[in-house]
Amino acid sequence: MWRYAIPLVFIAVLGGFLYRGLYLNPGYIPSPLVGQPAPEFSLPSLKEPEREVGSDDFAGKLALLNVWATWCIGCRQEHAYLLELSRTSGVPIYGLNWKDDRDAALDWLATLGDPYVATAYDPLGDVAIDWGVYGAPETFLIGRDGTVLHKHIAPLTPEIWQRDFLPKIREECGSLPCPLVEGE
Amino acid sequence: MMKFLTAWLVLLLAAPAAWAIEAELGFDDPAMNERYRTLLREIRCPKCLNTSIADSDAPIAADLRREVHQKMEEGYGDEEIIAFLVSRYGEFVVYRPPLQPSTWALWGGPVALLGIGGFVFMRILKDRSKRPLDEDSIS
Amino acid sequence: MIPEFGHFALILALCLALLQAVLPLAGAAVGNRHWMALARPVAAGQFVFCAMAFGALAYAFLTNDFSVRFVALHSNTALPTFYKFAAVWGGHEGSLLFWTTVLAIWTLAVAVAGRAQPLEFSSRVLGVLGIVSAGVLLFTLLTSNPFDRLASVPLDGNDLNPLLQDPAMVLHPPMLYIGYVGLSVPFAFAVTALLAGQLDRNWARWSRPWVVGPWVFLTLGIALGSWWAYYELGWGGWWFWDPVENASFMPWLVGAALMHSLAVTEKRGLFKSWTILLAIAAFSLSFLGTFLTRSGVLISVHAFASDPARGLFILALLLVISGGALLLYAMRAKDLTADGGFTLLSRDALLLANNILLTIAAAAVLFGTLYPLILDALGFGQISVGPPYFNTMFLVPMLPLAVLLGIGMHAAWRKTPPHLLVTKLKWPAIGAVVFGVVSPWIFFGTSSVLATIGIVVGLWVVASSLVDPVTRLVRRGGTTARLTRAQWGMYLAHLGVGIFILGATVTSAFDVELDRGVRPGETWQAGGYEFTFQGLRNVEGPNYDAVEGQFEVRRDGELVTVLRPQQRVYRVQRNPMTEAAIDARLHRDVFVALGQSLGDGAWSVRIRVKPLISFLWIGALVMALGGLVAVSDKRYRSQKAEEAERVREPAPATTRVQPAEGH
Repeated sequence: MWRYAIPLVFIAVLGGFLYRGLYLNPGYIPSPLVGQPAPEFSLPSLKEPEREVGSDDFAGKLALLNVWATWCIGCRQEHAYLLELSRTSGVPIYGLNWKDDRDAALDWLATLGDPYVATAYDPLGDVAIDWGVYGAPETFLIGRDGTVLHKHIAPLTPEIWQRDFLPKIREECGSLPCPLVEGE
Repeated sequence: MMKFLTAWLVLLLAAPAAWAIEAELGFDDPAMNERYRTLLREIRCPKCLNTSIADSDAPIAADLRREVHQKMEEGYGDEEIIAFLVSRYGEFVVYRPPLQPSTWALWGGPVALLGIGGFVFMRILKDRSKRPLDEDSIS
Repeated sequence: MIPEFGHFALILALCLALLQAVLPLAGAAVGNRHWMALARPVAAGQFVFCAMAFGALAYAFLTNDFSVRFVALHSNTALPTFYKFAAVWGGHEGSLLFWTTVLAIWTLAVAVAGRAQPLEFSSRVLGVLGIVSAGVLLFTLLTSNPFDRLASVPLDGNDLNPLLQDPAMVLHPPMLYIGYVGLSVPFAFAVTALLAGQLDRNWARWSRPWVVGPWVFLTLGIALGSWWAYYELGWGGWWFWDPVENASFMPWLVGAALMHSLAVTEKRGLFKSWTILLAIAAFSLSFLGTFLTRSGVLISVHAFASDPARGLFILALLLVISGGALLLYAMRAKDLTADGGFTLLSRDALLLANNILLTIAAAAVLFGTLYPLILDALGFGQISVGPPYFNTMFLVPMLPLAVLLGIGMHAAWRKTPPHLLVTKLKWPAIGAVVFGVVSPWIFFGTSSVLATIGIVVGLWVVASSLVDPVTRLVRRGGTTARLTRAQWGMYLAHLGVGIFILGATVTSAFDVELDRGVRPGETWQAGGYEFTFQGLRNVEGPNYDAVEGQFEVRRDGELVTVLRPQQRVYRVQRNPMTEAAIDARLHRDVFVALGQSLGDGAWSVRIRVKPLISFLWIGALVMALGGLVAVSDKRYRSQKAEEAERVREPAPATTRVQPAEGH
C-alpha cells in the first residue's frame, strides 16, 4: 500500500535537488590542476622575443600567473587592481598573453601600465590549453614548490583576493618569511 | 618596395593562422578522419552553451580541435587524448561520464530499472494469470 | 494605451482563473450546482481576457511600439512582419503569455466538450485547470510582465535573434506549447478521478482524445525542432540530448505510455492507477521542462534568460501542482484496483511491458539530464552527461520495446493462441532479419552490429504494421472484417515508428562527414559524390548581407544539383550566421555549409551526406497522422457509436484468425 507514496517521495526529493540547483553555478568548472604541479612551459617573452619566459621563472617563489588579452573586456576591468596588487601585495605577477596580437598587447601595457614581472606570449594558445584555460581573465596562484594552489576565473577584485587568495597565501607561507603581504 | 614587403609580411603573418584553421579541419586519411570526428563529438566546448567542439565556432573549440588533431598526429590514442584533456579541464569537458563510484548510479540506473521492471512485470503477470480471464472491471 | 489594456486584461484573467480554481471544486465538494455551473462561463471569460492580452502584445509588435521593453528587446523596424508576430513568443515573457493563452484555449475546448459530461466531472476538471492557469498567470504578472515599459524609448529595437527568423522556428514553439500545455487536460482528468474516487470506462474513453491530441502536437513540435536544428545550425546534427530537448522528449515518452495505458483501462478496466500516475507524470514533466528552461539550473543553448527568483516561483508551482496531485494519488490510488486476468501472450501483458519500458526510457533521460546537477549539489564535482551516455542508455529499454511492439499490435486481449501469432508474423520476422542483415552490405558495403540490429528492428516494426492493411488490400471482397479508423491509426502510427527507427539507424551509422579547406575550381570526393567549388559572390537580403558560395555536385559525372550555402551577417545584431544548402531527396540529403574564410578566396566548408535522413521527418509525420486518424474514430465522438462497437466485438479468446483490434 505504501508504494503509492513513492511518486510523492520522489518529487519531494527531486524538488530538493532542484532547489539546491537554483543556487549553484552550472557553468563554473573547478580546475583539476589545483593541488597538482603547475604545467611547465617556456615561451618567448612579449617584450623581448629573444628572451624566454616560463615556469622556471617562478620556481621556488610564491607567484601569480594571470592570463589576459587585449580583446578581453574582463581583463580591462581587472587591470587597475592588478597594478595595485603588483605594487603592494608582494606577490610577483607573471602574465600569459593569450591568442593576442603582439603589437596590440605591447600598446596596452604601455598605455595602461604593466603589472607583470614578465609576460609570456602565447599566440596559438597551446600553453593555455596545458593550463586548462578556457576564458580570460584567469588567475592562478602558484606555491613555492610549484603546486597550483588556486585558480580564479573572471576579473580579480579586492573581495575575491581577500576571500579566496589571502587564506591560501597565509596557509602556504606559514611561519617562513614570506614576501610582505598586506591584507586590503 | 616597402609596400610590397609589407604585403608579404602580412601574408606571412596571416598564413600560419589560415594554415592552423585548415589543419584542424580533418585528416586526409578517411580512417583517421572518421576517428577524429568521432573523438571531437565526445569533447565538450568549455565555454559554450552545451555543444561539442565538433559543432562550435568558438575560438576555444577551434583551439581544442587543433590540440586533438596535433595529438592524433603525434600518435596518441583516443583514451590518452581524453585523459589529457580531463587532466587539464576536468571531467566536465567530456560528454561520456566517467565510470567511478559517484557515477555508478548513473550508468547502472537504467539497467537496474530494467531488472526491477522485469521483476514487477513477472509478479503482475503471475497474479493476473491466476484470475478469471472473462472478468472485466467495467462500469 | 494598448499595452496597458493588455496588462489589465491579464489581471482580469487572473481574477477569473482564481474563481475558476476555487468555486467549481468547492461546489463539487459540497454539491452546490450553482457554483459548479459557473465553471464554464468563467473559463470562457478567462479565455477572452487572455486572448485580449495576447492580442495587445502582438499589436505592440506589429506597430513597432518600442516603448514596451519586450518589444524593444526582440523586434526591429526592418524585421519582416511575419516574424514580428512570431517574436511575441521569441523571449521569456512573451512565451509565457503564449503559454497561458494556449492553456486558456484548451480550457475553453474542455469546457465546450464538457457539456456532454456530468456537471461534477466537468466542473472539477475545469477547476483543476483553473489552478494551473492561476498559478502561471500569477507568475507572469509578478515576475515576467511582458507589458513593462521602458523609461527612455529607443529609436529602434534589438531585432529578433536571427536563429529564430525562420518558418520552422516560428511553428516549432506553438506546436510544442499546444502539446505541453494540452497535457494539462489529462492531468486534470486524472486529478478529477482521484477527487471523485472513481474511474470508469467512460472516463477512459473521454480522456483518450485529450491525450492523443497533445501527443500529436508534441510529435510535430519535436520533429520541427529537430529538422530546424539540422538545416539551420549548419552542422548536420538533428538531436543532441540537450536538456531542453530532453525536456520536450520526456512528456512525449510518457504521453505515449499514457495513450496505451488508457487503451487497457478503456477496454478492460485494468491499469487504472498506472494510467492516473502516467497522466500526472506527463504534465509534471511538461512543467518540469518549463522550470529547466527558465531557471538557469542547466546549461543549454535553448534556455531563456535565467533568474533564481523566477526559478523559485516555477519550482514552487511545480511542487504545488504535481506534489498536490501525487499526494492525492498516495491517498486514493489504492481504491482503484481492479479484477481481470490475462496471460503472458496477450495484449494486456504486452501493453504492461510497454508501460514499463517507456517509463524506464523516460526515467533514463530524466536521470541523465539531472545527474550533473545532483552530483554538483552533493558536492561531488562537475561532470557532463551527453550523447555518448544517452545514445547507449536510451537503447536499453527501447530495443526490447521495438521488438515487442511488432507482436503487441497483433496480440488479442486476455490470451492469444501462440500459433496465430506465429502464422501471422513468421514472414515479417524472417524478412526483417534477412533484409536487415544483407541490405547494409548491398547499399554501403559495410555494416556494424548496432546498425544491423537497428535496421532489422526497424524493418520488423514496418513489416508488422503492414501485415493487416496489406492482407486486407490483397483479400478485398473477402471475409476479412473491415479495419476501423482506430486500427488504421494504430498501424499508421507504428509504421511511422518503424520508418523513424530505420532513418535514425541508417543516418547515424552510414553518414559521411567531411570538413576541408577549398579553393575556387577545386574538386573532391565525398560519400560517392564529386564536389566542385566554383567561387563566391556577395548577396543582400532584407535585413542581412551575405557571402554565397556555389558548389556543383555530380555523381558518376552527371550533374545532380548546384548548392549555394551562405554566410550571413544580420545588420542589427551583427552575428555571423551560416545558412547551409541542402539537396534533400528521399534516399539521402547532400549538405554543404560554409565555415570560415581562409584568406585568398579559400574557405573551410562542411560537407555531409546523410542517407535516409528524410525517414526521420517522414516517420514523425506518419506517427502524427496515425494519431489523428486513430482519434477521429467515431467511438470517441458519440456514446451510441461506442456502444454499437462494443456489441460488435468478437468474444474473448477465440481460435478464429481475426485482425487485431485497434486500441
